[in-house]
Amino acid sequence: MARSVTPRRKMVVTVLAWAVGLLIFFPILWTILTSFKTEADAIASPPLFLGFDWTLENYAEVQERSDYFRHFWNSVVISVGSTLLGLLIAIPSAWAMAFVPGRRTKDVLMWMLSTKMLPPVGVLIPIYLIFRDAGLLDTRTGLVIVLTLINLPIIIWMLFTYFKEIPGEILEAARMDGATLWAEILHVLTPMAVPGIASTLLLNIILSWNEAFWTLNLTAAKAAPLTAFIASYSSPEGLFYAKLSAASTMAIAPILIMGWFSQKQLVRGLTFGAVK
Amino acid sequence: MATTHSRTAARFMISPSVLLLLGWMIVPLSMTIWFSFQSYNLLSPGTEEWIGFLNYEFFLTDPAFFAALSNTLLLVLGVLVITIIGGTLLALLLDQPVFGQGVVRILVIAPFFVMPTVSALVWKNMFMNPVNGLFAHAAKAMGLEPFDFLAHAPLFSVTLIVAWQWLPFATLILLTALQSLDQDQLEAAEMDGAGPFSRFIYIVVPHLSRAITVVILIQTIFLLSIFAEILVTTNGGPGYASTNITYLVYAQSLLQFDVGGGSAGGIIAVILANIVAFFLMRMIGKNLEA
Amino acid sequence: MTLSRILVGATAATLMAFAAHAEKEKLTIATVNNGDMIRMQKLSGEFTAKHPDIELEWVTLEENVLRQRVTTDIATKGGQYDVMTIGTYEVPIWGKKGWLVSLNDLPASYDADDILPAIRGGLTVDGNLYAAPFYGESSMVMYRTDLMEKAGLSMPKAPTWDFIAKAAQAMTDKKNEVYGICLRGKAGWGENMAFLTATANSFGAKWFDMDWKPQFDTAPWKKALTFYLDMMGQSGPPGASSNGFNENLALFQSGKCGMWIDATVAASFVTNPKDSAVADKVGFALAPDTGLGKRGNWLWAWSLGIPAGSKKVDAAKSFVAWATSKEYLALVASKEGWANVPPGTRQSLYDNPEYAKVPFAQMTLDSINSADPNSPTVDKVPYVGVQFVAIPEFQGIATAVGQQFAAALAGTITADQALKNAQALTQRAMRKAGYPK
Repeated sequence: MARSVTPRRKMVVTVLAWAVGLLIFFPILWTILTSFKTEADAIASPPLFLGFDWTLENYAEVQERSDYFRHFWNSVVISVGSTLLGLLIAIPSAWAMAFVPGRRTKDVLMWMLSTKMLPPVGVLIPIYLIFRDAGLLDTRTGLVIVLTLINLPIIIWMLFTYFKEIPGEILEAARMDGATLWAEILHVLTPMAVPGIASTLLLNIILSWNEAFWTLNLTAAKAAPLTAFIASYSSPEGLFYAKLSAASTMAIAPILIMGWFSQKQLVRGLTFGAVK
Repeated sequence: MATTHSRTAARFMISPSVLLLLGWMIVPLSMTIWFSFQSYNLLSPGTEEWIGFLNYEFFLTDPAFFAALSNTLLLVLGVLVITIIGGTLLALLLDQPVFGQGVVRILVIAPFFVMPTVSALVWKNMFMNPVNGLFAHAAKAMGLEPFDFLAHAPLFSVTLIVAWQWLPFATLILLTALQSLDQDQLEAAEMDGAGPFSRFIYIVVPHLSRAITVVILIQTIFLLSIFAEILVTTNGGPGYASTNITYLVYAQSLLQFDVGGGSAGGIIAVILANIVAFFLMRMIGKNLEA
Repeated sequence: MTLSRILVGATAATLMAFAAHAEKEKLTIATVNNGDMIRMQKLSGEFTAKHPDIELEWVTLEENVLRQRVTTDIATKGGQYDVMTIGTYEVPIWGKKGWLVSLNDLPASYDADDILPAIRGGLTVDGNLYAAPFYGESSMVMYRTDLMEKAGLSMPKAPTWDFIAKAAQAMTDKKNEVYGICLRGKAGWGENMAFLTATANSFGAKWFDMDWKPQFDTAPWKKALTFYLDMMGQSGPPGASSNGFNENLALFQSGKCGMWIDATVAASFVTNPKDSAVADKVGFALAPDTGLGKRGNWLWAWSLGIPAGSKKVDAAKSFVAWATSKEYLALVASKEGWANVPPGTRQSLYDNPEYAKVPFAQMTLDSINSADPNSPTVDKVPYVGVQFVAIPEFQGIATAVGQQFAAALAGTITADQALKNAQALTQRAMRKAGYPK
């Protein structure tokens, strides 16, 4: 609805938008600020906003207690690994559903989505037993498998909605030229689908990074990602706001930065077929 | 283009996902069903025995069950209402030309990147804590008694935290939809003398309906199994005031280690989720068909 | 030297490096995220320096998450951990099932006879010590000497509950955010129910009678709960129903509590000037009673156990022995001072004149010695455990009961309603579990 806008109106809207934006962002900002305070300053009354002695001791303490980089690397491997594996399985499926729809395609798609509604706690013990017997407990491989399966329906659905927007005639034309199925996917479809795939990739990395049930319950030390890292700061003894804030900042910073840098791709693709 | 050849190829391409998901569903689910008919406590191995529907009877007659059922629905609905209304307003705002639009957008979507555990911890300790939280400080500054959110409005507090996390998601989808709105149509309506409100109701809202459906679908999938936020903030209490079905199943199987009871609860949760899914899918199906 | 010899030499060196690397045993240790454990983690370099063939990996978790993780793992024989931090509740149950490795064969230098009898008894099943105590605790009253003086009262060594209620009221100054009494309110069998069960013992209440019938419908429980709710309503902090040990510690350290009745280990935190704003104004007293012969204090020991079936039993044993040894106590004392030594496990510590100077040492020992897990209540009961009942079903039941009492504290239900619900749900759970057994 961007049309003729008076400067005054633009100012008013700017002030309003910034106010709302800062309000929504405030909890994160406050966490980041608190992470640089001493424990005593963190609970000072009235609260201190900027006028406190900035310190890095919380970060040093957190790093000394838990090996941040190992948890970080586990998070990276697990979230990127499961997303890539998921895309590998999902792209052919979504392609087929979008371009060769059968009578039951819609039902299959809906069924896939409905598997995501199963409460994970209900099947924890069975999965734990299976993982134990397969030697997958506390392995990154195990978590990659689980998170792939968990996010697969969302990946397929997102890709499906993108692929559907690609006009079928282009594929027809490619086929006339004698392109094989794989060539068709590789050279015709993929370039057009890149924004959609990129956005799916990003969204799924975020979802996997933040997944806190399976990652916490199926790992111990070796494969534990940042969700487990944060679990050791959740309710410690004594004053802990500053340390908790530092650990929180460390846990969310990577994905926050990635999200911000790729927000254009994420936003452009995040339609789920909501826009015709 | 639906030749026999391409149909076969399509089946071949779909089958890995279908088989994987089928396996992911059937194997644990059948084990869960098996456990649900057993007296099986993790702490007393070797005493498992077939007890028929006793686990189901206990789960369904548990006073916590109905509380959990209504809490689940209230939580899902509450978050949906807040995120859709808030998201629409935010999308309208962000669609306007604004100085520093990129930065504002970054601020607004940031909560979506925050781990649920982290956001719950931050809200619980640094905002809602009645002694050291910021809300308490604010209340004291205004001369009011600090309000104890997690004790006196536990479900509302959890709803608020979850809504904060999902608001960016709704906003983004609604914003994308808004940007695809045909400007000519709006201008024509304006020429015809339609005020901003009626333009919103008759042109913008119908245009957004598809996006709203998508938001409802995706969010419901995630909201039905909200767990980390409750575990971190209220542990389902006080009483059962913020226990949802997922949390109740968790309490049965991992706090009481009653795998049999927890499995029965899990199966009931699956059935309930399928009922919700059924209605949702019909609604979505209709809206997305076109 | 010819090239081939260099190559052979290099290969051999590489192989040896590999072999040395492969010989290193990795112990995965699950611990709770409290101060003493974190200190142990920081000091564990001393252990690995002495045992270069052992590598330690730490899984530090919040208490509830830890308990859920290790229980799931040991019950399914998942084998993810080589050393587990467990309490006096788990040890008797797990030991009886044969899930833990017996520690009877620790070397003589370990001096197991030095372990306090009350603590050792709680960790022993059929003559086998199944876990080594890292620190032991009871509960006691911690109070602000300055506020007590200001209120014109003086704390007896062994106060009654009536005195506590009176003092709490006198010390409360809500305008200045000083609350006379801080107690646990957060639901959980190890949180509010630990406190309330121990308190109820001193009011003559009990969980079950000799026929395993739940007793929440009896007068002593009503008296105990009503007393707790009234006192907290009058003199407690806001939001008490979500306060556990850690929350109360933070409140006390920041000077917002007049009295706090909780674990004896808290004494070293509240008297540590680095973290506590009131470090020099804290006094201690035994947990209160009502004159019925039982005091409201509990007994607990965070201990290190080794799951049966672990493939690294020997390495795990040497670690457990190190972490719970006299030498470890001396190590902490030399690095961080006597006040920070993990308390409540060894008689020799209390015989040490250096340690006797620590202000809370004697009170901790007296509290531990006054708790008796084998006879916790005024009447005879069929169970073991002061602030818990050592049966597998207890965790679940007590957490659900704790939810009811937390709701009563939050004011959403009445004390009568809470007790009625507690009785009903305990009856249900016991029926399901097949009691009396």
